Amino acid sequence: MNPEPTITAAADDALISIRGLSTRLNGKTIFDGVDLDIRRGRITAIMGPSGTGKTTLMRHITGQLAPDAGEVIVDGQNVWRLGRDALFALREKIGYLFQNSALLTDYSVFENVAFPLRQHLKLPEELIRNLVLTKLQAVGLRGAAELMPSELSGGMMRRVALARAIVRDPMLIIYDEPFVGLDPVALNQILKLIRTLNETLGVTSILVAHELAAVRQIADQIYLLAAGKIAAHGAPDELARGETPWTKQFFTGAIDGPVPFQYPAPDYATELGLAGSRA
Amino acid sequence: MNARMRAAGKIPSRFTEGLAQIGACGIFGLQVLVAVPRSLRHFRETIRQVWFVGAMSLVIIMTCGLFVGMVLGLQLYDVLSRFGATAASGTVVAFALYRELGPVVTALLFAGRAGTSITAEIGLMRATDQIDAMEMMAVDPRAYVVAPRFLAGIIAMPLLACLFNALAILGAHGVCVSWLGMDNGTFWSNMTSNIDVWKDVINGVWKSVAFGAVCTLIATFQGYTTAPTSEGVAYATTRTVVFSSIATLALDFVMTAFLM
Repeated sequence: MNPEPTITAAADDALISIRGLSTRLNGKTIFDGVDLDIRRGRITAIMGPSGTGKTTLMRHITGQLAPDAGEVIVDGQNVWRLGRDALFALREKIGYLFQNSALLTDYSVFENVAFPLRQHLKLPEELIRNLVLTKLQAVGLRGAAELMPSELSGGMMRRVALARAIVRDPMLIIYDEPFVGLDPVALNQILKLIRTLNETLGVTSILVAHELAAVRQIADQIYLLAAGKIAAHGAPDELARGETPWTKQFFTGAIDGPVPFQYPAPDYATELGLAGSRA
Repeated sequence: MNARMRAAGKIPSRFTEGLAQIGACGIFGLQVLVAVPRSLRHFRETIRQVWFVGAMSLVIIMTCGLFVGMVLGLQLYDVLSRFGATAASGTVVAFALYRELGPVVTALLFAGRAGTSITAEIGLMRATDQIDAMEMMAVDPRAYVVAPRFLAGIIAMPLLACLFNALAILGAHGVCVSWLGMDNGTFWSNMTSNIDVWKDVINGVWKSVAFGAVCTLIATFQGYTTAPTSEGVAYATTRTVVFSSIATLALDFVMTAFLM
């Protein structure tokens, strides 16, 4: 087991550097001195048991949630020292795919994807149309451009949200659970799209996901979060060999191991009132 | 510890909680005011909201205005007839409407109809991460979502109050003149000769503007800060009606004291 592995990525190669990150939410320790680097132009997967703070980590990176301690440096800027305008300027370079898609329900699929373009760029309508249709074609939903979000399935909404996240060709794309609700064809298509964006445009990608098989296909590096720390990190094939108890259990899906299935609770027999009768 | 003591123990925390809410709403109001110039970029959204909170409220405002005017006409004609002063019915109806009832009842109806829908809409946007998504796309939700609704409330409320007054006076006219037989010329001439445009009508319009600002601020604040659950949205819409009604009546007293 390697609870606090040394960060080996070269600091100047890192688009994101996190040092000494500590966070407590509702009295629970989420992060306890986390250090990690996200390297430029790479696909980095953040994995870990449910409730370990993967989405919270993304919220720290994008300046949505302040940590209790530690530094979050994104593209050379300390996120938590930025003013509102500088933070918004940074966010313009980040595409974020939300776990629940977060489409604007009053707008059509086309207008959802066009939204960031209309808000920040003064482009001719013809160019906006072409850009939006190009991105919708990439996610296989060009034909659904005029539909409203309420007319889409969960998987389709996720693909529209993905088209919106990439419409401005950002330097960093954060995919929060991108594979949930996708059928195998759509999943392979999205995997291919993430890889293509990474290879052709050099986009840095952070992938929060549980689907190990999918992640292994495209990720350059995996960070395994557990118990408020980085439990392991490295190349997918290295981690999949399961040389530490955390990786062994997480990547094989074993029931026994350091990853608890039960949320912390008092003794089961005591709570059911059976402790005395057993004696 | 008995129930009374427990209740007494809760007073300071509820009191400070209430004060904190008022303070947070005040800070939110300042942030919205700062965002107003930026929201003019989205002026089409403001127009859409004027239609939504204004035009969509017309039916309830006009219907209630008509009935309020009819009741006022009936009551005042009956009371004034005891003093042989039925000729003043139209004037008193107009005074009551322009100075108080028009702005206040319109604001209360607005809080129930438009305020709750604003809170529910923004609350659901919060619950479904749409507000967070806008922030992540570097779009300020205060400028894109809140400020247009705030402006729409300020624009729509005086217009709705004017329509409320107009329909109420027509209702009173219908009862006093058409039903109870009051002279038509007396009804209108007494009203027009006694009502002062600045002191009575315009002061009522100022009240409407203030009520529009307060009601939409409360509605947007409740929606923006709601707990992202169905129960949270339900509580937020209830609070919108309760707080808007209290704020409207309290502000009415303050403004009346200053404007008289």
